[in-house]
Amino acid sequence: MIRLPLVLVFSAVLFSAGVYGVLARRNAVLVLMSIELMLNAVTVNLVGFSSLWRNLTGQVFGLFIIAVAAAEVGIGLAIVILIFRNRETINVDEVNLLKW
Amino acid sequence: MVAEAAAAVGPGLTRYAWVVAVLPFVSAPLILFFGRRTPGRGWIYGVASVGAGFVLSLGILWHFVQGGGPTASSVSWFQVGPFTVELGQYVDGLTAVMFIVVTGVSLCVHVYSIGYMHGDARFTWFYVVLSLFTGAMLDVVVSDNLFQLLVGWEVMGVCSYLLIGHWWEEKVNSDAAIKAFITTRTGDVPFLFGIFALVFATGFTTSNIQQIGEMSAAGEMSSALMIGAALLLFGGTIGKSAQFPLYVWLPDAMAGPTPVSALIHAATMVAAGVYMVARLFEVFIHADPLVLTVVSVIGAITLLLAAFLALVQDDIKRVLAYSTISQLAYMVAALGLGEAGYAPAMFHLFTHAFFKALLFLGAGSVIHAVHSNYMSDMGGLRTSMRTTYVTYVIGSLALAGIFPLSGFFSKDELLVAAYHDKTYWLLIVLLLGAVITAFYTMRMLVLTFGGEYRGHEHPHESPRSMTGPLVALAAATVFVGWLGFGPTNAPFFDWVFIGHPEDVSFVAWIAIVSTIAAVGGLALGYVTYVKQPAREPLTRLGPVYTLLENKYYLDDFYLNGIVYPIRDRLSAGVNWFNRSILDGIVHLFALTTRGLAAVVNLFDRGVIDGVVNGAGEGAEEAGGFLRYVQSGNVQGYAAILLGLGIIGVIVVAIIYVK
Repeated sequence: MIRLPLVLVFSAVLFSAGVYGVLARRNAVLVLMSIELMLNAVTVNLVGFSSLWRNLTGQVFGLFIIAVAAAEVGIGLAIVILIFRNRETINVDEVNLLKW
Repeated sequence: MVAEAAAAVGPGLTRYAWVVAVLPFVSAPLILFFGRRTPGRGWIYGVASVGAGFVLSLGILWHFVQGGGPTASSVSWFQVGPFTVELGQYVDGLTAVMFIVVTGVSLCVHVYSIGYMHGDARFTWFYVVLSLFTGAMLDVVVSDNLFQLLVGWEVMGVCSYLLIGHWWEEKVNSDAAIKAFITTRTGDVPFLFGIFALVFATGFTTSNIQQIGEMSAAGEMSSALMIGAALLLFGGTIGKSAQFPLYVWLPDAMAGPTPVSALIHAATMVAAGVYMVARLFEVFIHADPLVLTVVSVIGAITLLLAAFLALVQDDIKRVLAYSTISQLAYMVAALGLGEAGYAPAMFHLFTHAFFKALLFLGAGSVIHAVHSNYMSDMGGLRTSMRTTYVTYVIGSLALAGIFPLSGFFSKDELLVAAYHDKTYWLLIVLLLGAVITAFYTMRMLVLTFGGEYRGHEHPHESPRSMTGPLVALAAATVFVGWLGFGPTNAPFFDWVFIGHPEDVSFVAWIAIVSTIAAVGGLALGYVTYVKQPAREPLTRLGPVYTLLENKYYLDDFYLNGIVYPIRDRLSAGVNWFNRSILDGIVHLFALTTRGLAAVVNLFDRGVIDGVVNGAGEGAEEAGGFLRYVQSGNVQGYAAILLGLGIIGVIVVAIIYVK
């Protein structure tokens, strides 16, 4: 039985890594991967609390998040491919036409 | 005795007397709407309706020839409070006789106008108004109450105005129409008040003429009110029947087409004033002797003034116009005698209508031939216009009062009435009038038909449609006089009477004196004018001639004494008041409004527009500043999101974690 604080600390580190990746990385694929990290951090949190309270709702939510994340990555990668085809780049700071 | 006779005879056609009056009111719109599309441009309807009316009138008269009594019937028209105004008919011998006069003369005029107005631009319209006029006059005749009478009376005034101004393209004609309308209106105002006074005197119970007559005979009305009412009503007669001092419109009314002069300004409308006095005679004779004296005196004055004026006219129609005024004055003066003068006056109205219509239509025929109204352009027409000449002479001799033409009998009755009434001053005036009448009649005859032709046309006899009515009227002129002749039992006076039928007495010496007066006047006229002098012989009268030439300066007095002061002073005063005071007030309001508007404008622009524009500009400024937030850099958005999330967490933590 892993202790809950350990799980939370792991989840927080994982989320922070994801935030860092989203904010600091220029490669769109890496940004997408960082979003996955953040989602998985949330999933770990849910599963941790689920085992603490002996309640399966958190695990069901975890499964939902995995499914949604898969769909999101599918759409996100499709967009990235289209951007690459049009612009020959996948740097997010170069894709900034939608502005004032 | 009369009641027995009525019961014996039965009402006959008299029940349908109103149909006679309604017929022309039916034909007028028919002519107006369908006249142009009918062959003859609409005269057929007019002649048919008036002709049918004439036949019906003969039937109605037959009832009285058989000795029938008066009949009356009415329906309710409208109600004002407890006072009901009715629409009805009262038919007695006088009504029947007037029906014959109006429809007979109107029929002649309708037929005559076919030729006289041929080719006129407003031929159809002429017949519309002619029909309307005939209907209005018949309404006055048949009416059993004052308000219905007033309606017909006023419609006649309008028709007279329209017909005098029929050729309104010339200013003289439209001026004459306006003058006639305003002058008669001056008399109509007292007439209207007279009606109100009478209705007031009955205590607002009735406007029925017969009931008013009975009430006045029974002395149920205040005598002061009756005197006032009678004098006011007589004002209407002075206007309508062209008596002194309002006779000035009638000579000018000759500007209208000649058939109109014959119908309206000789035979019927001007007779309406006299007829009205006769209809309301109970009121006049029971009011006060003063009223009858006023009536007599006005008649006598008019009689002489107009007769003198007829002496100096060159326009043949004006001679006839003044003669009409003078003859109407005979009737008015006779009515002033009271009961004795009633039937003779109506008899004179009856005969005068025929011979005056004949004279006017004859004059129209002459004017038609020589294209001039002036006798100085005529002369010698006895050869070129045979029918017109013969009929005109018959009419003229009737006017002068020569036996055995109708004018002789009626004038004789008037003289006898004055004699029996012992009103000798009036007898003398009437005789003097007869002399002058004969004189100017002969002057007119000689200047028109005698001597050599002085004009530049080729006079020729008028068409059948014009000479036919002349012959018909001449026949009437010859025969109707016998209706009032003593030795023939004088049937006329069994039809028309007040109180009871009177015995007509034939006073030989009066007949002889009146014949001497007439023949003397004619002879004097013949001697004066037979040589056809270049210069008017009457100019030798000097200042008198000038006075007559200027119509006693009465027209000038009206113009300078009444019309111009009203127009120049009063109108100027009203104009000044209007411009200075009324316009000033209006302008003041306008200025105040403008000042207020300026303030409102400032508020509107400064405050309301300021708020609206300020809001707009503020939004623009803020937008211009805030748009830099949208940089297009997705990671920037994510950073802001993170920052806001952290702040949110901190806030929630501060609030909940204490």
